Amino acid sequence: MSADVDRVLEREHVAGDRGAMTPALYRVVERIRETDDVTTLCLEPLSGTRMEFRPGQFNMLSAFGAGEAAISLSGSPRDPGPLRHTVRDVGPVTRTLSESGVGDLIGVRGPFGSDWQVGTQHLAGDALDRRDVVVVAGGIGLAPLRGAVDELVVASREGGGRVFLLVGAREPAQIVFNDDLESWARQGARVLVSVDRASSQWHGRVGLVTALLGDAGFEPANCRALLCGPEIMMRFTARALVDMGVDPEAILVSLERNMQCGLGWCGHCQLGPFLLCRDGPVLPYAGVVRELLNERER
Amino acid sequence: MTSSIAELVAAHPFMAGLSDDHLAVIVGCARNAAFDPGDLLCKEGASADTFYLLRRGRVSIDVHAPGRGPIVIETVGPGDVVGWSWLVPPYRWTFDARAKDAVGAVAFDGACLRTKLQDDPAFGLEMLSRVSSQLLARLQATRMRLLDLYGDHRER
Repeated sequence: MSADVDRVLEREHVAGDRGAMTPALYRVVERIRETDDVTTLCLEPLSGTRMEFRPGQFNMLSAFGAGEAAISLSGSPRDPGPLRHTVRDVGPVTRTLSESGVGDLIGVRGPFGSDWQVGTQHLAGDALDRRDVVVVAGGIGLAPLRGAVDELVVASREGGGRVFLLVGAREPAQIVFNDDLESWARQGARVLVSVDRASSQWHGRVGLVTALLGDAGFEPANCRALLCGPEIMMRFTARALVDMGVDPEAILVSLERNMQCGLGWCGHCQLGPFLLCRDGPVLPYAGVVRELLNERER
Repeated sequence: MTSSIAELVAAHPFMAGLSDDHLAVIVGCARNAAFDPGDLLCKEGASADTFYLLRRGRVSIDVHAPGRGPIVIETVGPGDVVGWSWLVPPYRWTFDARAKDAVGAVAFDGACLRTKLQDDPAFGLEMLSRVSSQLLARLQATRMRLLDLYGDHRER
């Protein structure tokens, strides 16, 4: 972005309540290359305080001159630092966002949508959820789960349920957040990773992520599950979990369609009875969602 | 405490629920086997004469590609089985199976097993059902991976 445009945007930027359709300006303060097509942008507000959010929610990020895209928050609410968004380059907007450099301005609207229900605000009093938690992430699907896993690992150390993180990726070079995976494992989470293809230099597992379910060691009758990744992966993983004895009500999935307004106004992200930007992206697998996942869309 | 081969066979998930009579039949073809990391359990093109129940350690199913070295198709571990080719002519391995760690397994003589399956059709059906179940699970997983789930399938 040119310096002139930057100056105009900064001059016109007014802190305060600007309405949900008007982006707030954030500056890129760090850019982390996760894989060859995945980048994490760390953003700080140009003025005022950083927004509060819950893991699983998303923001609409504007790349000025290119457009707006729904991008999950990949940071932890516990981290007081910059907002983190992890972007996969899949089109003109996400490519422009991915190529943003330190110092560039990005428009941010949000946070929008539902969350993974892992924070203490979802529990009565000071109770801890002691059920095992199975987190299954496929590819970039780990990004919306990153903050949730942080919360769960901390809760587990304080007496909450055990955390089982199962990660699937196309190949070893496509695994994101390797440092976090190691850190979570050191803190007691059981972390299993499987890739679809690998050379003999890869010492981890090769196979479908659902193959990890049987080895994880969680207690199906007393667990909850958070799933995020390609929809086919979530469909098969949810089925496998139910077959193992997990209550469908205890499974949450993150669904994505064409999010545009973020407020449930425009209807672009409708899926059955849901407007995913407002009612989702995180929804219980049981009931309507299970039917919708099995329905053939045109 | 050292377990007998009959106990090792009976304890493996693949054999769960098998009757004592059938266990007694199959144990006659079994022996204990151990492999160091890097050892081959099966070698592509070689005679397929063994069926393995994995007890510990992981095994990679590899294929060698010129210029690319071994490509790992799948890894399997404790509770899994290795090798179907002993069951179907021409009884030849189509992939390498290599120990990734120290591997403990129960190895069955393929020719011995085939004879037992032919001699006792009820036992044969029982074993083929179990093998088919494993084959189906592997086939479905392979089909899923053919979809390249994590790839970028959107038009740019």
